[in-house]
Amino acid sequence: MKNTSVFHKGLGVPLDRDNIDTDQIIPKQFLKSIKKSGFGPNLFDAWRYNDEGYPGQDSEMRVINENFILNNEKFKSSDILITKKNFGCGSSREHAVWSLMDYGFKAVIAESFADIFLNNCFNNGLLPIALTQSEIEILMELAEQGKEIEIDLENQIIFSDETQIATFEIDPFQKKCILEGLDEIGLSLTHSHQIKEFEKRRMSESPWIFNNLDTND
Amino acid sequence: MAQTLYDKLWDLHEVGQREDGTSLLYIDRHLIHEVTSPQAFEGLKLAGREPWRISANIATPDHNVPTTNRKEGIEGIEDEVARLQVVTLDENCKDNNILQFDIHDRRQGIVHVVGPEQGLTLPGMTIVCGDSHTSTHGALATLSMGIGTSEVEHVLATQCLKTSKLKNMRIKISGELQSGVSPKDVTLAVIGKIGTAGGTGYAIEYAGSVIENMSIEGRMTVCNMAIEAGARAGLVAYDSVTEEYVKGRPFAPSGDLWTDAVCQWKTLVSDKDAKFDREIEIDGSLIAPQVTWGTSPEMVSDIDGLIPHPENESIEHALDYMNLEPGKKITDIQLDQVFIGSCTNSRIEDLREAAKILKGKKVSSSIKRAIVVPGSGLVSKQAVDEGLDTIFMDAGFEWRAPGCSMCLAMNPDQLGEGDHCASTSNRNFEGRQGYGGRTHLVSPSTAAASAVEGRFVDIREFMS
Repeated sequence: MKNTSVFHKGLGVPLDRDNIDTDQIIPKQFLKSIKKSGFGPNLFDAWRYNDEGYPGQDSEMRVINENFILNNEKFKSSDILITKKNFGCGSSREHAVWSLMDYGFKAVIAESFADIFLNNCFNNGLLPIALTQSEIEILMELAEQGKEIEIDLENQIIFSDETQIATFEIDPFQKKCILEGLDEIGLSLTHSHQIKEFEKRRMSESPWIFNNLDTND
Repeated sequence: MAQTLYDKLWDLHEVGQREDGTSLLYIDRHLIHEVTSPQAFEGLKLAGREPWRISANIATPDHNVPTTNRKEGIEGIEDEVARLQVVTLDENCKDNNILQFDIHDRRQGIVHVVGPEQGLTLPGMTIVCGDSHTSTHGALATLSMGIGTSEVEHVLATQCLKTSKLKNMRIKISGELQSGVSPKDVTLAVIGKIGTAGGTGYAIEYAGSVIENMSIEGRMTVCNMAIEAGARAGLVAYDSVTEEYVKGRPFAPSGDLWTDAVCQWKTLVSDKDAKFDREIEIDGSLIAPQVTWGTSPEMVSDIDGLIPHPENESIEHALDYMNLEPGKKITDIQLDQVFIGSCTNSRIEDLREAAKILKGKKVSSSIKRAIVVPGSGLVSKQAVDEGLDTIFMDAGFEWRAPGCSMCLAMNPDQLGEGDHCASTSNRNFEGRQGYGGRTHLVSPSTAAASAVEGRFVDIREFMS
């Protein structure tokens, strides 16, 4: 059964730390871009390199931090990030999700996620999976051993070597978003009539909210 | 049924539910800045969509703007990539007819300072911005949340946020604060107690006598850092202090509309019997001045505390990054730089608090640089009118033009590698204030007194 619905099969990389904030995922100097792509080489920039990064640099020329796990030869092709509590806390920058995806990550498995980061994941198709501490420890161990991890999103199960490691919860709609990449705005706009009616009512009840901003100074 | 303030604000704005069970929450005000909006405007354009309600939006550049050479305007932004982002905001606002307080406007400033200052933030509103510190505006009994760029585009296109209801948490801070202890210490003490993920999934209502006796500016400092406790929204009930603050602001209602508005706003309090999913009580009289020692806001200590011994990998890594030894006194940390500013602490009261300490004193010669960055052009003007700029400059501080500045160091204001900085900002993450920089979060008065001593000092002793 499991082979019929594998969402992703790949190698994990353990990032054994709580509270990894979005400033670490993508440092501020890279937020100056007006694009959504090209952030991959600067994912975890301050941890991955031993020199200070700046936009537009040739990352091939930089000083690699050999001690950082993403630079370990063993994890070079890993595309499932396994980490601990409160991943993605701090700034709302969606660039954090864009950089994880641009690097090649297909899923992030953590003990817990920060709220805004979680929404940003679903809005871009990066799969976030929350598991218990003991399940995370097992997955980190499997990643260390170079064992492949299979994510069956349809049935919400994680396997390795045909063995079930964990099950996970995901909202049915969010699952659909990840699998099908729905147009969220288009969906909400099917409620246009309802929004207009609501707006009309609010305008009559609290008109001061709807003043024209260009008239005052 | 008895409702919390959050429940009431939710009910006032819930348009309905989508097929997937998420709600569409109507957004009254959308604040825009240059960093998280360009991709949203581009998305809108590519899909052939238009902003739903133009006058809901207000923009100002803040993250990238330099705090020196401002006469040159956009041309004064040396970094080409940053300049393009500010130019792009200009173009997007012009193309979509959105009001912008641009780099030349005297009202320009940090978006979270500008909103309340202009009366663009009004009680009872829902407010969003592509910036996590949008929680600040909850101090005026609004439901305000930070959002990502996809959500910015969604709000522009539909005037709604697609979201689910949060749980309710109330944090009551009772008693009276000690002299010298400020709202920043209160909000840091809360984070120290519940942790940076303590508020995940919740809206936090701050209550109790300490909050009731606090000014709106102080309440903004407290709500600003709700996100540092993991909560997307922080809230404070409406009261006469709120009313007094809003009255007469440029975009606030007046005349009959004002009377009607106040009548509605008075209901913006949690009902007596309202049920909260989690309640926390803190004795305000026991809160000491706070200093963070690590790389997460929950790594915080009383000023008279010691650097802890590492219990786990996270703390060990943090102490290593901060170059601090376990057992060392907080007051023995030597400082290199001091930053007074950010959406947490750059309002007029913050500047007054720091200036009061600095009057007639000098920044220690061991401090390489001390800067003060007012939150907006109008805060700056007021400070100049009160002579605060002179006090700061006489003491040895640099007086700068408004913006986010060294809070996140996207502009040229950055720490040097290894520098320890006493900062009134909100995040002590690695590299946040500059590559290899070491941030300690503190109140404006602690920052000022520590600038004088060159190391952290207990403001309670310093004042006596």
